[in-house]
Amino acid sequence: MGQSLLEVKDLTIRFGGIAALAGVDLTVEEGELVALIGPNGAGKTTLFNCLCGIYRPDRGEMRFAGHDLRGLRPDAIARLGISRTFQNIELFRNMTALDNILLARHIHMRVGFWDAALATSRWWREEVRHRARAEEILDFLDLQAARHRRVADLPIGQQKLVELGRALALEPKLLLLDEPSSGMTAEEKEDLVFRIKDILEELGITIVLVEHDLKLVMGIAQRVIVLDHGQVIAEGTPAEVQQHPDVIRAYLGEESLS
Amino acid sequence: MELRERYEEDLALVLGLPAWLGLLVALAVLVLFPLLAPRYLVYIVTLMAIHILVAIGLNLLTGYTGQISLGHAGFVAIGAYTAGLLMVRVGVPFPFAFLLSGFSAAFFGFLLGLPVLRLTGPYLTIATLGFGIAVHQVLTNWEGLSGGRMGLFIPKPSIGPWTLASEAALYYLAVGTTGVLTWIAYNLVRSHIGRAFVAIRDSDVAAEVMGVNLMVYKTLAFGLSAFYAGVAGALQGHLLGYIEPQMFTLFESIYYFSMIVVGGLGTIPGSILGAVLMTILPQVLSGLREWLPIVYGGTIIFIMAVEPWGLYGRWLRIKWWLKTWPF
Repeated sequence: MGQSLLEVKDLTIRFGGIAALAGVDLTVEEGELVALIGPNGAGKTTLFNCLCGIYRPDRGEMRFAGHDLRGLRPDAIARLGISRTFQNIELFRNMTALDNILLARHIHMRVGFWDAALATSRWWREEVRHRARAEEILDFLDLQAARHRRVADLPIGQQKLVELGRALALEPKLLLLDEPSSGMTAEEKEDLVFRIKDILEELGITIVLVEHDLKLVMGIAQRVIVLDHGQVIAEGTPAEVQQHPDVIRAYLGEESLS
Repeated sequence: MELRERYEEDLALVLGLPAWLGLLVALAVLVLFPLLAPRYLVYIVTLMAIHILVAIGLNLLTGYTGQISLGHAGFVAIGAYTAGLLMVRVGVPFPFAFLLSGFSAAFFGFLLGLPVLRLTGPYLTIATLGFGIAVHQVLTNWEGLSGGRMGLFIPKPSIGPWTLASEAALYYLAVGTTGVLTWIAYNLVRSHIGRAFVAIRDSDVAAEVMGVNLMVYKTLAFGLSAFYAGVAGALQGHLLGYIEPQMFTLFESIYYFSMIVVGGLGTIPGSILGAVLMTILPQVLSGLREWLPIVYGGTIIFIMAVEPWGLYGRWLRIKWWLKTWPF
């Protein structure tokens, strides 16, 4: 069996007396779109925060493309090729949409301090090269009109897209999307489904999707993993998971089964 | 609105013939100024240039990177004393002492940046405040090093055979240095380095997840900011010919802070505007010296409440209003 892109084994993290993650095992294969669902407080965002290096897990293993993620700083993990969006938008509020996206080109910048300070021709070339790349992303997400606007002034749906664009600008191998559709209108959600499919198929980026809109999840996910109380309670195709008694119990309560 | 067709045009600092002409006229005025103006005014503009340096440095740290410093007088002092002591005690020629004044302040800025990496908000402010006070206390009490309250007489700078003794010569030195360092600051803030600074200010978590090394960029912001302050300190020593610890107190730190708040946080034109206004203000209010701290404090509070983007922000809005008038 070949190596998986992401392997998580026995991942555990406690906050005080509460185990936010209690021995999570999961793998993500290259080119897959895996949805991560579960009730509020199940540990979905905590898992993302561990993978990004924001939280340090107490126990367990995380391997990404052959690298051990434990103990790495978030910026080192970004360099390995993991990018993400945030549940509650974490944009650079006072920057333009363009600058937000350009910021994520940071790890691809091939110029140093002195090139920037003295505005050498090398710096100009590099800056223009990344600007062209950022424009491609703005085109891809239909954000051209927002290019020079301060992101805090954009509607929530567009802010979500800018955040998606920023995550793509990093050119990740693995993209972690934390509730990308929350706050979007029905039409924006529809567009989002096509964009996520394009990211997967055209850009070839593996995606892990945390999402509360189950209709959206069931439409695009190839595999669904269900978390509850920090544990994986079910895993399978969308159809399998929907029938799983533990999942129904977690979402709807004990009585709903009888 | 003018249409831009190439990405380079978005990056240019000066774009179009009118802007270039304006820049040329401004440079010509700056060059001719000491030949035509009275000595007192030349002195004031030299002081402005020095204050602009401190304000730009402080704004890189506070306005751009979001790390409030109330200890910048400490860095100015380190620059002034480094240049002064190297020239007086060690006999280092001026150009080297001048350069080292910036780098020694930057070194201390870097050192201060390391422990305060974990501090944010009011805790960081208190740490920088403590730093400023500590520098003042060390300079006051370590008389063997600094000359203590007696102060230190600073020789006129000389480059090779030329001594920069006149007001005009010091003016060209200060304005030239400030011009070059302002250009460098403009370059940095429009590059990936400036974007990393602003990203840290707006969301340090997102900045880190997007690949910005917080330790590198926070300490860089501290070091860079201190470099500007240190160079300004050396220039101030040469301008006054004398330094003593009382010139670098908490009051001066707040004075520098008020410049960037008044002019506009996170902008370079704002730093320049604020420094110019806050240099003129004490001259105008020279009869009210003891009221100055209240004037500075009151101004900071007033601007924060009424126009958080400072005078430059207000100017941008007026410009926008005129552009779009009558809609």
